[in-house]
Amino acid sequence: MSLDKEKIKHVAKLARISVNEAKVDSLTKDLNSIFKFIEQLNELDTNKVEPLTSILNQSLRSRKDEINDGKIREKVLKNSPKDSKEFFVVPKVVE
Amino acid sequence: MIDITNQSLNQIIKRIKTKEISSTDLTKAYIKNIEGAKKLNAFVTTTFDYALDKAKQFDNKPNFDQLLPGIPLAVKDLFCTENFKTTAGSNILNNFVPSYESTVTKNLWDNGSFLLGKLNCDEFAMGSSNETSYFGNVINPVGDQIVPGGSSGGSSSALAADLTPATIGTDTGGSIRQPASFTGTVGLKPTYGLCSRWGIVAFASSLDQAGPMTKDITDCAIMLEAMSGFDEKDSTSINKKKENYSKNLKDNIKGLKIGIPKEYRVDNMPKEIDELWEKGKKILKDLGADLIDISLPHTKYALPTYYIVAPAEASSNLARYDGVRYGYRSEKGKDLIEMYENTRSEGFGDEVKRRILIGTYVLSSGYYDAYYLKAQKVRQLIKKDFDDNFTKVDAILTPSTPSSAFKIGEKTNDPVSMYLNDIFTVPTNLAGLPALSLPAGLDKQGLPLGLQLIGKPLDEQKILNIGYAFEKNCGFKNEIKKWWS
Amino acid sequence: MVVMKSEKFDYFINGDKGKYEVVIGLEVHAQVLSNSKLFSGSPTKFGAEPNEHVSLIDSAFPGMLPVINEECVKQAVRTGLGLNAKINNYSVFDRKNYFYADLPQGYQISQYKNPIVGEGKVLLDMPYGSKEVGIERLHLEQDAGKSIHDMDPSNTYVDLNRSGIALMEIVSKPDLRSPDEVNAYIKKLRSIMRYLGTCDGNMQEGSLRADVNVSVRKVGVKEFGTRCEIKNVNSIKFMQMAIEYEASRQVELLESGKEIDQETRLFDTKKNETRSMRSKEDAHDYRYFPDPDLLPLKLDQKLVDDLKKSLPELPDKKKERFVKDYGLNAYEANVLVSEKEISDYYEEVAKLSDNKLAATWMMGDLFAMLNDKGLNISNSPISAKDFAELVQAIKSGEISGRIAKEVFEIMIESGDNPKKIIETKGLKQQSDPKELEKMINEILAKNKDKVDQYKSGKEKLFGFFVGQVMKSSGGKANPQLTNEILKKLLKG
Repeated sequence: MSLDKEKIKHVAKLARISVNEAKVDSLTKDLNSIFKFIEQLNELDTNKVEPLTSILNQSLRSRKDEINDGKIREKVLKNSPKDSKEFFVVPKVVE
Repeated sequence: MIDITNQSLNQIIKRIKTKEISSTDLTKAYIKNIEGAKKLNAFVTTTFDYALDKAKQFDNKPNFDQLLPGIPLAVKDLFCTENFKTTAGSNILNNFVPSYESTVTKNLWDNGSFLLGKLNCDEFAMGSSNETSYFGNVINPVGDQIVPGGSSGGSSSALAADLTPATIGTDTGGSIRQPASFTGTVGLKPTYGLCSRWGIVAFASSLDQAGPMTKDITDCAIMLEAMSGFDEKDSTSINKKKENYSKNLKDNIKGLKIGIPKEYRVDNMPKEIDELWEKGKKILKDLGADLIDISLPHTKYALPTYYIVAPAEASSNLARYDGVRYGYRSEKGKDLIEMYENTRSEGFGDEVKRRILIGTYVLSSGYYDAYYLKAQKVRQLIKKDFDDNFTKVDAILTPSTPSSAFKIGEKTNDPVSMYLNDIFTVPTNLAGLPALSLPAGLDKQGLPLGLQLIGKPLDEQKILNIGYAFEKNCGFKNEIKKWWS
Repeated sequence: MVVMKSEKFDYFINGDKGKYEVVIGLEVHAQVLSNSKLFSGSPTKFGAEPNEHVSLIDSAFPGMLPVINEECVKQAVRTGLGLNAKINNYSVFDRKNYFYADLPQGYQISQYKNPIVGEGKVLLDMPYGSKEVGIERLHLEQDAGKSIHDMDPSNTYVDLNRSGIALMEIVSKPDLRSPDEVNAYIKKLRSIMRYLGTCDGNMQEGSLRADVNVSVRKVGVKEFGTRCEIKNVNSIKFMQMAIEYEASRQVELLESGKEIDQETRLFDTKKNETRSMRSKEDAHDYRYFPDPDLLPLKLDQKLVDDLKKSLPELPDKKKERFVKDYGLNAYEANVLVSEKEISDYYEEVAKLSDNKLAATWMMGDLFAMLNDKGLNISNSPISAKDFAELVQAIKSGEISGRIAKEVFEIMIESGDNPKKIIETKGLKQQSDPKELEKMINEILAKNKDKVDQYKSGKEKLFGFFVGQVMKSSGGKANPQLTNEILKKLLKG
């Protein structure tokens, strides 16, 4: 299967990465060579194989229902590019 | 007088304990080296004042019972360090100062060491040559214009150039072992779940594992002992008793069964690598180990599998870098969506973007089964290859890399040829197994080469022991001329 | 089994070209009652200052990892059991990937292919009989934070207090057919979860919200029509309005020969209409995959069995018991089991007084008063014990129903118990036949003309005499006795 520019632009949109028009060609070339490499997997018949869900053979460990976090607003907001001291502030979301 | 920084960690610890050297003098010696090695570009951040302060505190009130008494350590800039900038080699985090300390670094500090600086790495650990870092290339001390490997390239370079007595890296597909191999040092990727991932900037969660990078096996055992351990904050951390790897280090490997997988002899592999492998086999055989030919039939599919699984997880792990709560935010764009797109486009470098796109694509509707699900099935087969063989052998010996270190820029225009560097290291990440890269010799150009020992899950002690015996009998010594200072 | 009642189901939309049936399925998002969040130790309590209930995990800082809250898992299992559903001993957490300002990780941890709870069912009591609504699944997931759009003309403010709170998404089968059924379904779900203590069901605070899937098809057609999903509706009234609008919109489209786009829509409560949410369109590709930070959740069967054993009596069972043990009719039982607190109150009152009378008085005067004052049963100004005393006073004939109403009012105002009120105000019913006879004789003597008229056939006047007796006794005359004595004396 080969990836065309439109497909790549669509994927970039999903990934929220703007792609410079000038770079689309080289990106298309690179991705196609990578996918060609990846598609070696098609040689294998995996119909009867269960996909691996986790490399660790144990169940999910859980924690007790205790409040031991939060109340650290200053820390939470400290690194933000823009905030109001109470909220994170982002450009308007157009619904 | 001896150059203390030329010594291995365990020798330095001895000298600290016998008060032959103070923590402060030791720290000053490394600072001097680091200041003279700017050309290598191994550091993103140095924390000299902090380190000297901690050294002084240690000297005033020394505790020699600790594993790492008064030892300054530089670490890969993928570990979050409280109050010290943590960049992951990326523009998108270039101003990020965590308010927390990763579990692994905290464990190191709790054992008496302290932070000397943060080491350069490939952006988000995606790379095999340290050329994807936003902070520029790192130079391999073995020769100018030679890459130090990656992604833990700053770590391998700093270690080999005596800028830190030991260090830690992270290994998602070979990021500890390949740079160790390229610099003539020891690197261990532990069993998945042995070292906590909490506080480490994530690349691919099911593969990432932190591990030690050291000058010899003894150091490796000490560092592993210090950094590993159960962490209830990481749901994939293994709950088991802590082991004394350094105390239990033994060089008797008589009767151990060592598997030699035929699939690791690949096309176009330099003859020197093959010879090195033969040399390794002979050393182990002479030490009384039994060599057993084995087959890991799905080895060739490990790298394609990896290049689906790792980017898929990365595309999701890196979604949080959106300019909202921390890190870089682009000022361009009229609404939220454009802010995201510009922030991520300007904040990430080309390789990271490439992998995010691959990952997004393989998970997207209509392609999930063909790529992601297929890869998880093949991953099962790769794991089964190892499971089947580990009923017959104690460890597996392979080359660490299919070539020695290459020149800067040599592979940057061909992603696939760059990816092929990890062909021998990736299978163990997919299977969650521990693997050790040992320095074993030099090629004709004088570039280091490494051999890899793969162990059963949680069998770190055994591969360390084999490595220990090997090291004593290999006769390799990493002699790097300090041409840069 | 439940007998079909005579009222017929009749919710259809009549178009020019035929009669349409509305097919509705709900995805209810119920906030799990727990102290801390699903994957972090931050508090879940509603109403905190912005971003005060946020940890570095909830705000997705680099290297932060989720660890699951055992109580949230138990709550999901309890709810599953309450919905008569299959509990899956093996379930997997997946990442649902999309970008939004209030979704810090860039993905929501949810369950996709392997939910913790499978198929179940809920019974609804409709006027036309009992209706079974299938549950498709229930899964655990993280709630998102909140985007506030109206604080600033050019910026959106983000509060992550809600980010990471556990939600149960309960997905129904497309079994609902009218806004009334939706109303009954939500109320039933809410009631079950409140009985179980797994969700407080507080719709004002957003603890219970729903995405509503609506499609229409001509009556008799088997295939489903194209559905639209109306996102995040947070009250039953709005759900009903949205369904009515959306169903008519779809019928109009079909009647004019147009196609319905399968899409996500938003209900505008001000304009009372649904409209397309374009911004969500490209986000439909959620790229689900198992969260590699978490392992599969394997439930011990013993845990499930223990939880099952410790479940409280649920509304359906309780209703059966109320009919059987208290002799209530289905309607009364239904109302009295709708909330656990109401049923508890009722049982306490019934125990100390009369089953039937207790039900009548609770559903009448008590509920009217609570409704009036905007109170609910748990903060009723009248305790169950006092209320029982009142009911018992009526039952024993100590006071009449009319006086009881007066006593009830005084109880609310003063907080005193009925015995005290009856005594101090002298409201006790006159039930001494001799005294009553004396009083009635006096009244008859005063109204000789009326007595003559009565005797000559104007029997309607009987009521007049009763009225006079009540007036003269201040309403305390025992009505039954008064009737008997009046009849006797008027005959003579």
